[in-house]
Amino acid sequence: MTGPALNDSPTARPLRVVVATDCGSTTTKAILIEKIGDEYRQTYRGEAPTTVEAPFEDVTRGVLNAIAEIEELSGRKILDGDRIITPCRDDKTGVDLYISTSSAGGGLQMMVTGVVQNMTGESAQRAALGAGAIVIDVLASNDGRLPHEKIERIRTMRPDMILMSGGTDGGAVTHVVEMAEYIAAAEPKPRFGATYKLPLIYAGNKVAQGQVRAILGEKTALVMTENIRPVLERENLGPARHKIHDLFLEHVMQQAPGYKKLMEMTGAPIMPTPAAVGLIMETIAKREHINLLGVDIGGATTDVFSVFDGMFNRTVSANLGMSYSVSNVLAEAGLATIMRWVPFMIDEQTLRNRIKNKMIRPTTIPQTLDELQIEQAIAREALRLALIHHKSLATGLKGVQQERTISDVFEQQTSGKTLIDMLKLDLIVGSGGILSHAPRRVQAMMMMVDAYEPLGVTRLSVDSIFMMPHLGVLSTIDEKAATDVFMRDCMVYLGTCVAPIGQGKIGDRCADYEITFSDGRVVTDQLLFGDLRLYPLAVGEQATVTVRPAKGVHLGAGSGTPVTKTVQGGVVGLLLDGRGRPLQLPADQRARISLLTTWYQAVGLYPSSDETASSHRTDNR
Amino acid sequence: MAHSYTPGLTVTDNTVVRRVRQLPLQGTVLVKDGDLVRATQSVARAELPGKVYPLNLANQLGVAPGEIKDYLVKREGETVHKDEVLAENKPFFKWLKTEIRSPITGTVESVSTVTGQVLLREPPRVLELLAYVDGLVVEVRPQQGVTVECVCSLVQGIFGIGGEAYGELVVAVDAPDRPLTPDRLTVEMKGRVVIGGSFLPAATMVKAKEIGVAGLVVGGIHDQDLRTLLGYDLGVAITGSEQVGLTLILTEGFGAIPMATKTFALLSARAGAMASISGATQIRAGVIRPEIIIPLKEKRPVVTRPTDRTREGIQLGDLVRIIRDPLFGKIGRVSALPSELRKIPTESEVRVLEVQLDDGSTVVVPRANIEVIEGV
Repeated sequence: MTGPALNDSPTARPLRVVVATDCGSTTTKAILIEKIGDEYRQTYRGEAPTTVEAPFEDVTRGVLNAIAEIEELSGRKILDGDRIITPCRDDKTGVDLYISTSSAGGGLQMMVTGVVQNMTGESAQRAALGAGAIVIDVLASNDGRLPHEKIERIRTMRPDMILMSGGTDGGAVTHVVEMAEYIAAAEPKPRFGATYKLPLIYAGNKVAQGQVRAILGEKTALVMTENIRPVLERENLGPARHKIHDLFLEHVMQQAPGYKKLMEMTGAPIMPTPAAVGLIMETIAKREHINLLGVDIGGATTDVFSVFDGMFNRTVSANLGMSYSVSNVLAEAGLATIMRWVPFMIDEQTLRNRIKNKMIRPTTIPQTLDELQIEQAIAREALRLALIHHKSLATGLKGVQQERTISDVFEQQTSGKTLIDMLKLDLIVGSGGILSHAPRRVQAMMMMVDAYEPLGVTRLSVDSIFMMPHLGVLSTIDEKAATDVFMRDCMVYLGTCVAPIGQGKIGDRCADYEITFSDGRVVTDQLLFGDLRLYPLAVGEQATVTVRPAKGVHLGAGSGTPVTKTVQGGVVGLLLDGRGRPLQLPADQRARISLLTTWYQAVGLYPSSDETASSHRTDNR
Repeated sequence: MAHSYTPGLTVTDNTVVRRVRQLPLQGTVLVKDGDLVRATQSVARAELPGKVYPLNLANQLGVAPGEIKDYLVKREGETVHKDEVLAENKPFFKWLKTEIRSPITGTVESVSTVTGQVLLREPPRVLELLAYVDGLVVEVRPQQGVTVECVCSLVQGIFGIGGEAYGELVVAVDAPDRPLTPDRLTVEMKGRVVIGGSFLPAATMVKAKEIGVAGLVVGGIHDQDLRTLLGYDLGVAITGSEQVGLTLILTEGFGAIPMATKTFALLSARAGAMASISGATQIRAGVIRPEIIIPLKEKRPVVTRPTDRTREGIQLGDLVRIIRDPLFGKIGRVSALPSELRKIPTESEVRVLEVQLDDGSTVVVPRANIEVIEGV
């Protein structure tokens, strides 16, 4: 083994060349980062099929294959047989650091328990999600299930790990002990391997620790940590998250084929992929002092990350995705909701069959424009549903007494209000094949604008080649290197969306606007309801936009109050969205299709029929 | 570089498969290495712990949790019968007496003086693990299970529902492009595996269930009919545990799609033989496809072992199926493999290949949208 030992501080020597991999369920992606002058840049990438499954059953095969591809492309010698050469020997040999993330084998699957579902149950869920897990169930004393149903559920689930919470420190112990008794009776088995005990983290009322240990100490690999809700008014998720990471490495990873070897190769602990993505998003939001919403829409799941006023949250919608779970988007959103984005008619049976065929052959790609439009319509709904899910969990603490002033009496707000305020949102970061590989960048922008309906002024971007996981781990070692690459190579800025809030009849005045470009050019015009306008504004360019909303319309400063903001450009440009918020589409089919066609043409969303015809001619000779 | 085509489904008349038979928890293996086993024979057995019923005695008796042991008639570890008295109070006046009776027959597993709860457990249930295929035991994992090897014809489907089943193969249509209409099913097909053609209408599904057909193998069905059969919209392709009265295997996909000629010819040639089938499908990491395994009576030398082979990539002349609209379901042979990226109507630049269809015409398709029909 030539990889640096874990106790060998990687920061002790200057970091010039880094190779990083992300071992996904199907593909292992490797990137090379090099210091060029004073800044770090991502220079080469390689990929290879992940080799966790038979016949290889050794994750390091895929890692070495992906790195070998980088070797070929870059001309740098990184591998010496099955070993990674560290540190750099000269300009063309070795790397200073090798790091990795992993979501192979379905990621980290956890079951969490609490006493009150929307209090400790939710806190436990947030702790697990923040640590990069997929939460397969939340059990709580008041979840409506009968005791024997709970036990049956624990028995049938095979999680990688359980997180138990419940009770404030010094509070009642009965319910949390009762839950421990249910778990003990169910004798849960881990997902991989029948030979080791299931890891269980207890992060509840510290007074109950002794009793929980007596009940579960023998039956599980029990670990105690600080209460995640020591008092009702405060959440303390950090210690539980750290324990989840530790147990992930100590237990879960040890069972996965080849991971022992991989852990010896890396210069920093392997992180679950979503935990690393969350980390880089949190780092960027804090560094730039912005509110950020990130999404990673994959084949099976959609992860949503948010940082609002420094508060980080992550959710995973385990069955909303574009291939393996595409059929579930149809089941959850409904056919009509998906079809509202499609600018043509198609009969239900054909569409249902097509979606199911995508589910059973998930690696296929749309070949015709119709198919592309249907996939992008499904993506809009998957993104929208995942955000609704995120909003419901990214909340203030529930069950907390609030001090109220006389003005609050009129607001009717309850505790546990969502933290996601679209008006305060500065940046949306999209990731995942359907967004990152959309044939036109404007398609990625419109999918996110339609799904999220940003309010006021919001900047949008996509991850160029999904390197956020790699940068997340890198940020634990060298924040500058990670943020350099994030800003210069990872992010593709699409542009800015300006969306006045309010509704009106199509054709009515929504707002007057004035755009002052950096070259001094000024555009003054009127935005009507139903309008969608796109102005070119290149990457790195800025413009000043003044919007004077009509009566009853606003941009956060009050009805009819003008707002002036500096907006950033991108590969798409500046989008003025006069379609109204909330966005509503005509119920009548013909009117809807006509309106969609107008919008899509206004921003050049899809090739025109002439362009398509010429493309057909090239293809089917 | 990652292969940009979908690994194919195997259709072969002579191969060797190994099926791992694993108990869900430790038990007893009933066969030895080298034993010949039948598909319906039990190869291992385990006792699944019975269901647990918690009963909060403290609440029901109106006493403190710490006191409940004083009221128990049955102690931890003792057997209890349904409606037998489990605990009772001893009031001064007889008519104030409360008796708590057991809701199940089982044992008293534990008594908690913290929560006042008693956990009762039903007797264990015996689980018999069947061999699933006729064959030879080639590996025994003590207390866990065995591996059975079988020389057979093998057809992998693309999607299925329902678990493992076993029955005689019977072909119910004349050609692979004929739908399996209800009139094709007869009462003699009870307990058999029925091979249809291009499409399975909802009415045939109903009739097949009435007759008691063990399994149906067809080219395609409509998603709407699958929803009717299951009673819900299938969101994620992880199947095998459905209880719908039969096992259903699709060889091509959703819609009316003729079964591949090769598949139909193989299944027809083996009509009358006993087959082991499974509808279990998992389309994620560790892909599981539904299968029809037809053991060969006489041991012929195995030509290839396609399931164990790692393909080097797609080659000229390979038999492929197009798996995405607008040419979904068409089958042909690879006639060219241009290496440069080509712009398709969506404007994506992708690697493509040329396929020559049965009618002699040639079409260009993204490599991601074909599937190799594997096996010889």
